[in-house]
Amino acid sequence: MFEIGLAHYLILSAILFTLGIMGIFINRKNVIIILMSIELMLLAVNINFIAFSAFLGDISGQIFSLFILTVAAGEAAIGLAILVVYFRNRRSIAVDDISTMRG
Amino acid sequence: MIAHGVIFYLFAIITVFAATMVIFSRNPVHSVLFLILAFFNSAGLFILIGAEFLAMILVVVYVGAVAVLFMFVVMMLDVSLAEMREGLLHNLPLGAAVGFILLMELGFVAGGWVFAPDASNYLFAPITTVGLTNTEAIGNILYTHYIYYFQTAGLILLVAMIGAILLTHRSRPGVKKQNISDQVSRKPSDTIQIKKVKSGEGA
Repeated sequence: MFEIGLAHYLILSAILFTLGIMGIFINRKNVIIILMSIELMLLAVNINFIAFSAFLGDISGQIFSLFILTVAAGEAAIGLAILVVYFRNRRSIAVDDISTMRG
Repeated sequence: MIAHGVIFYLFAIITVFAATMVIFSRNPVHSVLFLILAFFNSAGLFILIGAEFLAMILVVVYVGAVAVLFMFVVMMLDVSLAEMREGLLHNLPLGAAVGFILLMELGFVAGGWVFAPDASNYLFAPITTVGLTNTEAIGNILYTHYIYYFQTAGLILLVAMIGAILLTHRSRPGVKKQNISDQVSRKPSDTIQIKKVKSGEGA
């Protein structure tokens, strides 16, 4: 049990990814939590990449993890900017209100 | 070996707990703080597995930049907590069902995973354990084979920066601010008057 192998990391990242998905389904009122859930899912993907990289002995996985980190940072910045603009117009950040946007 | 396992379980359990609290906590500020906790513990896991550079980058980029950005936005947007949490219980069964199915599927994949027996023959950049730190190994390959992807990543960040500024920038009327071209194009003859004052009559 204390011999940590690839499966341990894969299961951990599966649990994190599932929590991210659940966060998106559960929090229908709050876009900020949904963005945080997406960050959690990207973190799970990163753990997957790095675990495979370490157990296969190939450094390329860590390079891809670096690129995922870059895209995640950009995505968070753009998402939060859209959120701020939306809140300025509508005084609310509920997902249900976004579906009523026109034009 | 025992210590390795214990440390893994410690970091893993705290990470999962923090991730759970991110999606279930009532206050978005607490969610952000738990997100930071999850990132820190994942960085610990990365160090444990030998990816020190990624661990440091995770702390710097996620905790230092992304989480602080989230914190700014959460504090800036004045949303009522009560309104935000309604519908949580309503959506819980669906979320739990989807999560359970997905976790089972991912568990099957992770449980039955084996590397192909000849996979080690096809490594692109094998990790050598002698005389090369993790950061040097990443740098050696990132700046050579992956240089175009690296430049593209920089371009993505630039586009994200411009986009975020453009989206949130607004020009409000009635705000006094410096106009450089007006200042520079001003001529002395427009603004300075020279008066002759007789001696003894000046105020």
